Amino acid sequence: MGIIKVNKISYDYIKYGEEGKAESTIRAIDGVDLHIQRGDFVAILGHNGSGKSTLAKHINAILLPTEGTLFVDGKDTGQEKNLWDIRQTAGMVFQNPDNQIIGTVVEEDVGFGPENMGVPSKEIWERVEESLRSVGMWEYRTHSPNKLSGGQKQRVAIAGVVAMHPKCIVLDEPTAMLDPTGRKEVIRTIRALNQVEDVTVILITHYMEEVIYADKVIVMDEGKVVMQGTPREIFSQVDKLKEFRLDVPQVTLLTHELKNAGLELPEGILSVDELVEKICLLK
Amino acid sequence: MPVKIENLNYIYNEDTAFEKKALENIDLELPDGQFIGIIGHTGSGKSTLIQHLNGLIKATSGTIFYNGENIYRDGYKMRELRNQVGLVFQYPEHQLFEVDVFSDVCFGPKNQGLSPEEVEARAYEALRQVGLKEKYYKKSPFELSGGQKRRVAIAGILAMHPQVLILDEPTAGLDPRGRDDILNQIAKLHKERKITVILVSHSMEDIAKYVERIIVMNAGTVMYDGVPKDIFGHYKELEEIGLAAPQVTYVVKALEEKGFDIDTTATTVEEAKAAILQALGK
Repeated sequence: MGIIKVNKISYDYIKYGEEGKAESTIRAIDGVDLHIQRGDFVAILGHNGSGKSTLAKHINAILLPTEGTLFVDGKDTGQEKNLWDIRQTAGMVFQNPDNQIIGTVVEEDVGFGPENMGVPSKEIWERVEESLRSVGMWEYRTHSPNKLSGGQKQRVAIAGVVAMHPKCIVLDEPTAMLDPTGRKEVIRTIRALNQVEDVTVILITHYMEEVIYADKVIVMDEGKVVMQGTPREIFSQVDKLKEFRLDVPQVTLLTHELKNAGLELPEGILSVDELVEKICLLK
Repeated sequence: MPVKIENLNYIYNEDTAFEKKALENIDLELPDGQFIGIIGHTGSGKSTLIQHLNGLIKATSGTIFYNGENIYRDGYKMRELRNQVGLVFQYPEHQLFEVDVFSDVCFGPKNQGLSPEEVEARAYEALRQVGLKEKYYKKSPFELSGGQKRRVAIAGILAMHPQVLILDEPTAGLDPRGRDDILNQIAKLHKERKITVILVSHSMEDIAKYVERIIVMNAGTVMYDGVPKDIFGHYKELEEIGLAAPQVTYVVKALEEKGFDIDTTATTVEEAKAAILQALGK
């Protein structure tokens, strides 16, 4: 079943002059068509300025399309009466955890969302517990968020969204500011939510290694969707990705280079284990 | 100019309930012209350490010598030090403030008291060095993309002609090409101007590709200090402190475990490729 249906949307940023008059427009999204099924894990790649974040902001109606329509769980984002429902259906997590945490204690921060939705107190606490457990931060519930590491803060931010019971979570570069362990923690959390809780995940990232777990990868350029496929299909096209200012995981690049040097290896190898196994066959 | 750090300690909020040791007994020598990487998990003391190098933070105890002079002695000209040790913070583009790109880059050298002609010459040179096209020079910094803004911010520091250039995660949030562009420009500058470059990064792949020496920080101390091959040989210990080795290092290690006679010191794609081809007898 489709949870997100994007029908030919375009979005123009308008630049205003000194007197507040519109001077020029920049087309950030240009005729994007996209269908995301419930329970999918979709990764969106694209260089800075390719329109990824603008698209993401449409999914929970922070931005509304200039042209075209977008439906979240059957609801049109263009209708103002749907706004609350849409924001509860699709939660968003941003890059910098420090800008997203408002509570002075972890559990209060996570309870903020459901409290705002008017959830009864008893249920708020249930949801706080359940969501902190799902991101592995329950032991820290009474801690102050500013004493946590970057990865832990980002997991608390994710728990804050999970507590609102969204069907879909959009994460805009959630790992850009984290160290390798923090990155792993966050990706593991996202995968668990997707696989165990069946939450639809849309992940925007510049780290190619994080994309290999996705069901589907979408590549954006100049506001358009230019490639779509499984991680293996996408990462088999090393040279094409480079044209879009992108990259492949280091192990995929190594395979590509070894293949160019004459070894019989398939393109689109995604993990260390996979490459090691294939090289063993050549011995 | 060489930097020498002797027995440096730094304590946050000393003598309060929030007292926290951020740096403990740091001894380091940073000779001229090295390209050094600093790695460590969030909160390991990396950023605190680099802020000592241009005097933004004063050590609780210990000494720093810049070009043989103790920077904590009475009458030391801190301003001179800041002119020579350039620090590019995380997300430096948040600090752009001038009306256009060119004026922003001029700000540093202008404050150094240089003549207007010299200031302009420096700004042109720095903007060229970071590879920003001339058509952007008169634009507002806010009209640029993330990668372009980042370059302007770095150019602002370069225009001051620092002898030591410190960059705190200069590529966070940039797309892969933007990341490569900026790091390649920095590597080129390092080569041409023979300045010392200190790169703080969470990307082990980038560190392995560019630097000649790695300093690993953990819990406020220097845990390892050496060449990339040796440092990433400790990948198990690195994982315990929240770090890792580059992906290709794991490939060669795994092949060794599978019984291949292979050189396991590879830290870059090129090195791993050579090692694998050799092990297969190609």
